[in-house]
Amino acid sequence: MKYSINLNGKVREVDVDADTPLLWVLRDVVGLTGTKYGCGIAFCGACTVHLDGQAKRSCVTPISAVGDAEVRTIEGLHETPIGKALQQAWRELDVVQCGYCQSGQLMSAAGLLAENPKPSDADIDAVMSGNICRCGTYVRIRAGISRASKLASESANSSGSGASI
Amino acid sequence: MSRDEIDIKSPSRRDFLGVSLAAASGLLIGFSVGGRVWAQEVPATPPASVPKPKPNAFVRIDASGPITLVLPYVEMGQGVYTSQVQLLAEELEVEPASVSFEAAPPNNELYANPFIGEQVTGGSTALRGSWITLRQAGAAAREMLIEAAARRWNVPASACHAMDGRVIEAASGRSIEYGQVARDAAKLPIPTSPVLKTPDKFRFVGKSTKRVDSPAKTNGSAIFGIDVRPPGLRYAVVSACPVFNGKLASVDDSKAMKIRGVQQIVKTDDAVAVVADNTWGARKGLAALKIRWDEGANATLTTADLVHEADTALRRKGLIFTKEGDVAKAEARAAKRYEADFRQPILAHAAMEPLSCTVHVKADSCEVWLGSQNLARAHKAAAKAVGLPPDKVTMHNYYLGGGFGRRLEIDYVPQAVLIAKQVEGPVKVTWTREEDMQHDYYRYLNNSRVTVGLDSAGKPISWRHRVIGPNVMERFLPGNTKDGIDLDVVECAQGPYDIPNTLIEYTRNEPPKGLGAGNWRGVGPTRNVFVVESVIEELALQSGKDPLAYRLPMMNKHPRPKAALELAANKAGWGHPLPKGSGRGIAVFSGFGSHLALVAQVDVSSSGRVRVKKVVCAVDTGFVVNPDVVRAQMEGGIIFGITAALYGKITVKGGRIVESNFDTYPMLRMREAPEIEVYIIDSKEDSGGVGEPGTTGAIAAVSNAVSAATGKRIMTLPIEVAKGEEG
Repeated sequence: MKYSINLNGKVREVDVDADTPLLWVLRDVVGLTGTKYGCGIAFCGACTVHLDGQAKRSCVTPISAVGDAEVRTIEGLHETPIGKALQQAWRELDVVQCGYCQSGQLMSAAGLLAENPKPSDADIDAVMSGNICRCGTYVRIRAGISRASKLASESANSSGSGASI
Repeated sequence: MSRDEIDIKSPSRRDFLGVSLAAASGLLIGFSVGGRVWAQEVPATPPASVPKPKPNAFVRIDASGPITLVLPYVEMGQGVYTSQVQLLAEELEVEPASVSFEAAPPNNELYANPFIGEQVTGGSTALRGSWITLRQAGAAAREMLIEAAARRWNVPASACHAMDGRVIEAASGRSIEYGQVARDAAKLPIPTSPVLKTPDKFRFVGKSTKRVDSPAKTNGSAIFGIDVRPPGLRYAVVSACPVFNGKLASVDDSKAMKIRGVQQIVKTDDAVAVVADNTWGARKGLAALKIRWDEGANATLTTADLVHEADTALRRKGLIFTKEGDVAKAEARAAKRYEADFRQPILAHAAMEPLSCTVHVKADSCEVWLGSQNLARAHKAAAKAVGLPPDKVTMHNYYLGGGFGRRLEIDYVPQAVLIAKQVEGPVKVTWTREEDMQHDYYRYLNNSRVTVGLDSAGKPISWRHRVIGPNVMERFLPGNTKDGIDLDVVECAQGPYDIPNTLIEYTRNEPPKGLGAGNWRGVGPTRNVFVVESVIEELALQSGKDPLAYRLPMMNKHPRPKAALELAANKAGWGHPLPKGSGRGIAVFSGFGSHLALVAQVDVSSSGRVRVKKVVCAVDTGFVVNPDVVRAQMEGGIIFGITAALYGKITVKGGRIVESNFDTYPMLRMREAPEIEVYIIDSKEDSGGVGEPGTTGAIAAVSNAVSAATGKRIMTLPIEVAKGEEG
């Protein structure tokens, strides 16, 4: 089946079976390998991407369900103010260790901040508990999201425009 | 693997051989790291069949300016790219952020870990292994660049110095970029004993410089082994016999071959792989295969059988590892005797990146792309599997999505090569999460029996510890065994306490053939510190003493862990009352060349649910190259340990591993992650390792805290608290 997906602001044509998870379309067909395979059953969050700004597990999202949703992956995260703020916070705090889960962590975090620009620690825990980090960077991820929340609101105030995902 | 008794040879004794490769493009400098400790498998000189590889260097300076550092230790999260760059950049006098870096190719002669004798990243040895070598490489390059500039200016080298990528003559103020003298420098002899900077002159070493891998790991551009995509790539998913040591009997592929994108079914002795134009097609193809396995002798095996064997071994006298004083005599005159058995489960590594290896077998050569902690051994295995001399096999190593000991093993490499031999063009073999979890080199069952003789005041006068476990080192690193004893299994079998009579025994208990036993983060100390610290805490409570007050007077001959314990206890508010259902627990030990104390605080609910609220960790790891990396390793190691303490358990049924994914082998998640405080003790002693001891300490401290909350000693892991036992 031929599908046309709106990926990081560009239209891409792919020819795959309808049940092919978006994860494998991204990694194997399009060649964007920043989105990771971790479990294949939506239990670890390593494959998280955005569909119309909402965090989704791409390992259980068939290409046929994507439709004309705007797909954003880690490779396009810097194009949003929240994404930029998160990347800056992650680098300031040196959140990453092995880094394999971090694309998914960042995409989940971006989804959270888009819905809830000033999350409490409990809000962060509730949303981010779907993402496993085997290296155990949770303490820094939590701090990174709080820091990014501040950075995003500062930049929104200074530019006068609202943060959008 | 590395142990305190094994010293890196001093730099002067090092086989400090420079290989100045007069690269047309600039300076290329490398050193042989001689002075190996365990060299059993490594010949003193490279076999004649192995030609000198070309990029065998630590520092490469291009004539047009760019500087590249070649890093022998692989980055799997532990921050070692950052610390290696710090060490090289410090001596080379360049800003760490101004250089690029790449993973070293396989070459035991150039890149062997001096602790292990091979090019291995493991055992918390990387920083210690690179401390001298990399600084020497940086310093030698610096001296050569200075010499080349001095000759050009016709001034003595002593009139010049280096700073921020330039050679400067102080008197005239003139300066020149490294790149511009790199070609001249490459023609100079390599200094045999370059002068290293003294620590007071360090600009980058000792500081929390930013991780060099953060940018790539936050924008999706970091390439892990599983991410490589050579042109013409096909994708394979593999299934090995689920019963250990079983074989492939037959495959009916009639349905699988009809699935769109499926190109080929490949069989090996014990596995079958489906090759397709993408991973999903391969997965669907694999699911459609009708596979018949020859399950062999292990087909009915269960966890209960294995546990029974390990329990039987508890009663078997072992080999004596160390003996001090007279334990039997002390036991005979003891006022009281304490004896207890401890049981620890099988554990999987479950790194976030499932195993993957990409191979292209050509007519007379082979290329391999992967992430490995053990590149030189992977290289050898690939060459053997493909049937070519090693120099015809090119290895490319990438970021590791976690190692924890799993990527020390190279089983997935020859498997991928054997599959690729039957495929036209490059093929990426990816293990599913299920395959990864069910074909691990597990941390195997570990039992302990501890017998302590006590005086009338409840103080130990004898310590007898029988450790029961597999001899992993016999297979993995024979140099780390002695007279049949795996020196890792017995590591930390006694604590940092002044007990006059001690006996450490090792009783071997192997898993059935085909069930791989390997190294797991924290290795021997992680198993033994749980046992030792549980016993000490129990003895304190039985003699009516506070566990901190009980330990301290026994630690006078161990000032470094004692200082760590005092600091951690103080910061944790030891002794401050806690509500019912809460408890604090201590772990203190010396291991991996570091000295740690942890205090964990837990809540236990009435339903028996354990929640770790806070962990305070004090660490004396000697001289610290990057404090923030040390903190990160403690934080991460502690979380890794809590996962094992609360959840870690692999079980066996019908000769197969039951757990298959994160739904059945759970990991700690963010809502369960405690607050963690790390205090680094200032020290000028030799650096210790930090990748593993956080895990070691966390398991022990958490189980002691749970015991404190419930009043019931945890003697079997993972921790299980029955309803209503919250204390």
